[in-house]
Amino acid sequence: MKRLATAIAFAAVVAFATQAASAQTLNAVKNRGELVCGANGTLAGFGMPDPQGKWTGFDVDFCRAIAAAIFNDPTKVKFVPLTAKDRFTALQSGEIDVLSRNTTWTLSRDAALGLDFPAVTYYDGQGFMVHKSLKVSSALELNGAAVCVQQGTTTELNLADYFRTHHMDLKTVTFASADEALKAYETGRCDSYTTDSSGLYGERLQLAEPSEHIVLPEIISKEPLSPVVRQGDNQWTDIVRWTHFAMIDAEELGVNQTNVDEKLKSDDPETRRMLGVEGQYGEALGLTNDWVYRIIKRVGNYGEVFERNIGQGSPLKIARGLNALWTKGGLQYGPPFR
Amino acid sequence: MADDAQVLPRHARRARRLGGVAIQIGLVVLVIGLAFGAALNAAQNLARANIASGFGFWNNTAGFDISQTLIGYSASTSTFGRAFWVGLLNTLFVAAIGIVLATVLGFVIGIARLSRNWLIARLTGGYVELIRNVPLLLQLLFWYNAVLQSLPQLRDSVPLPGGGILNNRGLFLPRPEFAPAFGAVLVALVVGVVAAFILRLWARRRRRMGGQVRVLWPAFAFLCGLPLLVFALAGFPLAFSFPEIGRFNVQGGVEILPELAALVLALTVYTAAFIAEVVRAGVLAVPSGQTEAAQALGLGTGATLRLVVVPQAMRVIVPPLTSQYLNLIKNSSLAVAIGYPDLVQVFAGSVLNITGQAVEVIAITMAVYLAISLFMSLLMNLYARATAIAER
Repeated sequence: MKRLATAIAFAAVVAFATQAASAQTLNAVKNRGELVCGANGTLAGFGMPDPQGKWTGFDVDFCRAIAAAIFNDPTKVKFVPLTAKDRFTALQSGEIDVLSRNTTWTLSRDAALGLDFPAVTYYDGQGFMVHKSLKVSSALELNGAAVCVQQGTTTELNLADYFRTHHMDLKTVTFASADEALKAYETGRCDSYTTDSSGLYGERLQLAEPSEHIVLPEIISKEPLSPVVRQGDNQWTDIVRWTHFAMIDAEELGVNQTNVDEKLKSDDPETRRMLGVEGQYGEALGLTNDWVYRIIKRVGNYGEVFERNIGQGSPLKIARGLNALWTKGGLQYGPPFR
Repeated sequence: MADDAQVLPRHARRARRLGGVAIQIGLVVLVIGLAFGAALNAAQNLARANIASGFGFWNNTAGFDISQTLIGYSASTSTFGRAFWVGLLNTLFVAAIGIVLATVLGFVIGIARLSRNWLIARLTGGYVELIRNVPLLLQLLFWYNAVLQSLPQLRDSVPLPGGGILNNRGLFLPRPEFAPAFGAVLVALVVGVVAAFILRLWARRRRRMGGQVRVLWPAFAFLCGLPLLVFALAGFPLAFSFPEIGRFNVQGGVEILPELAALVLALTVYTAAFIAEVVRAGVLAVPSGQTEAAQALGLGTGATLRLVVVPQAMRVIVPPLTSQYLNLIKNSSLAVAIGYPDLVQVFAGSVLNITGQAVEVIAITMAVYLAISLFMSLLMNLYARATAIAER
């Protein structure tokens, strides 16, 4: 049981190590020559190796963007697949530098786990998938249903809350990994499978007959998904936070993978500051001044990463919705480069 | 050593003994010091990393559901501590069933493997070789999928005689519901047992004095007749709540989860293969002269096995059998792979992840498994001591 092994290893390290997690993550990453990124591994569109073994996905590209900013090479990332259950332990113990694995930002995780959530990269909410043959059209009709869920998630807790709030009976069947939960749902062990709605779209595609299953319209929770870093290394937290903001601002300023070289000659002062033509903004972060140029050139802006992995350019076809730029009615808003 | 002790003068012997004691005390102090240092160091490291520590989480509300609870539990009001007990009881429950079934199956197969019947001996031999050479986790996943896939969907549930229902959500049996008057039946049962016991003592005394007494029927009347009579007089204070198929699930009745069935099946089948070998070794350890002597005295095969071979074999069997029981208890933690809510799944899984307190939760979990295993060893040692040959 790998996840248990991680927890035990962490307990042992905490008990016998003399030095807690280093505050110099950036230096450690540079010396190592690669970024170690905790990823999902089984969630189509967000984090999964493709048949050739190349990691792809929305969360994966975020780590590639960080690697591009540091090394000017998005391939200098080692991905560590983690279950929901062992992801925080892996980060706390220093096994990974950053966790980019559809993780919900909550107060207790932020305050009690020694972790920081730099920025919301995806605004999500929890939904339900059911067998079409049940002829259910609303989550409120699920009274008495058996629901398969993955352990160690906010989903597990929201589920109990939602059924309690609506005075409905619930039979939860909890599995250690999303794969096992989904498989049990598919065999008919459960009436419904629940997770973040982005995950539902991705996982429905992995079922033998995706058309036999529908996603119910209710969104029962707020799930702001964020990358996660260890608390106490402010420089590293800033790098991760501003990697996201840079990709947002690039989209807002119309800078993308194809035109980024032309935009270096742009007259727009904010674009010039962002791409490092003017000022020393990158060096202030401990990076080079052209760090945003590297991200956009090697990985792309937020919109490009979104569409390529989970949007219209992908089988998932998720609409931007809350994740549209603030200028287009969404919530994605990057602070200014100044 | 003994010779030395006699040769050495008294003060030297004493000095040597004191030296030994000092070394032992020193070791104990060192071990305790290490453990204490590790705990202190852990607390400091956690504080430096801003990770919450301590056992304050124990009384916080859990907030998650558990699919099988032997004691009252609700997501909205129960604490993490309560979830711990639910998980622990589920572990003990599956281990207890597994140990009983594995012992029975293991003894049958172990003895059958020694059978003179070629087919039976080869079949059971094949069973042992097949089962003990395939990893338990794979077997568990196999049984879980075999159980889930072969059972019918909810719509096509199989009704069982007596009001039970079987489908891939589990086996649902009628739940007995006792009216308050049922207490009288229990009292009658206790009275019947005591009466039958007294009857037996009385009959034994009469026999010793040369009398002929038949106690079977009177004892039967005390044991069964009396409670039944009271049951009828109290107006049959027992009802059953029958499971019914609802829109999504089966409502009412007692539920046996497919996860539990698969886990018990896997643990039983796997451990029985090892127990069979232990039993076979134990039986073979009894010298064949014993069997021959018993047969020379005119005992049949069954009586030879029951009265001569098994009692002597048991002394060889019990120590390795203990190891198998301990293995079964620890292997039950593989439940996590199929979603059975045992201690590891509930406590070292959901609770650990929600509280994030890996050090405390893992320490408690390890301590619990250690305690269960030590207690099991103690019981088996007591049994071994009770059945040991009294040295003359």
